[in-house]
Amino acid sequence: MEVSTFIYPYTAWTDSFVHTAFENAAATLSGAEACYQSMKKQGKLPEDSHTKFIAFGGDGGTYDIGLQSLSGAMERGHDMVYVCYDNGAYMNTGIQRSSATPKFADTTTTPAGTIIPGKMQSRKDLAKIMVGHHLPYVAQTIALNNFKDLYEKAEKAIYTEGPCFVNVLAPCPRGWGYATEDLMKINKLAVETCYWPLYEVIDGKYKVNYKPAKKLPIEEFLKPQKRFKHMFKAGNEWMIEEFQKEVDARWQELLDLEEITNKE
Amino acid sequence: MSECKISKDTPWQELTIGGNIYEAGNAMEFKTGDWRSVKPVFLSDKCKQCGLCFPVCPDDAIPVNKDQKREDFNYDYCKGCGVCSKVCPFGAIEMKEEGDE
Repeated sequence: MEVSTFIYPYTAWTDSFVHTAFENAAATLSGAEACYQSMKKQGKLPEDSHTKFIAFGGDGGTYDIGLQSLSGAMERGHDMVYVCYDNGAYMNTGIQRSSATPKFADTTTTPAGTIIPGKMQSRKDLAKIMVGHHLPYVAQTIALNNFKDLYEKAEKAIYTEGPCFVNVLAPCPRGWGYATEDLMKINKLAVETCYWPLYEVIDGKYKVNYKPAKKLPIEEFLKPQKRFKHMFKAGNEWMIEEFQKEVDARWQELLDLEEITNKE
Repeated sequence: MSECKISKDTPWQELTIGGNIYEAGNAMEFKTGDWRSVKPVFLSDKCKQCGLCFPVCPDDAIPVNKDQKREDFNYDYCKGCGVCSKVCPFGAIEMKEEGDE
């Protein structure tokens, strides 16, 4: 977030902001929120003032090194929103794998070659970890078409009282190896293949916001990305098969969760 | 010294104390359009004002007026990524090499 919004001596923010080490974002914000509540109680701020506290973190700072500070802030129930923009690796420092990197992805710390087939572990499902904190609002979204889904979920997260979490997939042309101008196509394929399902969990109840009428095979999403290029070499068909199986299983799990949690 | 006079050649003694920035939203003064190597050209006669291009611009370089209509590009900030050109269903945004006329 710092490199895209406030490289000294410039800032893009017209509002108050704190820049902190990225794994501390949730802890810093929860402190600021607690201070705000305390000042209100002491009469130093008007009772009827409403300030929302929002943190932004990438997948490295959220899934990996900031997970404990995020979990703590969410458990303490601060009135805040945490937005994770997930590009699936430590892109800014040179494409090192994170726990958000999908299996078989070629990164600088999991180079695909004769020894290993890219990253050997599966992606962590952070939104579900957040659901485990019993938050009033958790959502997973992406910038699609005219951004309707993203806008609506942002609004719900900001106007729901209590700790809320939004996970946004943010493709990286350099790290994923697709043509920069194809951003919206990649976003669409992530959703249409069910690699990145759009859903929200309101008070524990799952709602899948989009179910593709015809789910596309995962190859459509993998093919335009150089980080999965080795999966299309002869003899590596098993990788695509395994990837597809995992996507299918996770999608089915989500549909099942929707059914179970909405049972009367 | 105003922050905006600070460049990579400014000696440390002349930087703001604590690296503070005193002006909100002054990134507007940082014109990033010169990073561009390809340039979008707006063909207004083909545009149907469908509204699909401006939300996808990462640099907010497609101005929308009071009547909800898009105007020509703001080349001060457009980095020429080409995302808008790809989402336009009517071919109203053409990408051209910078310098070609």
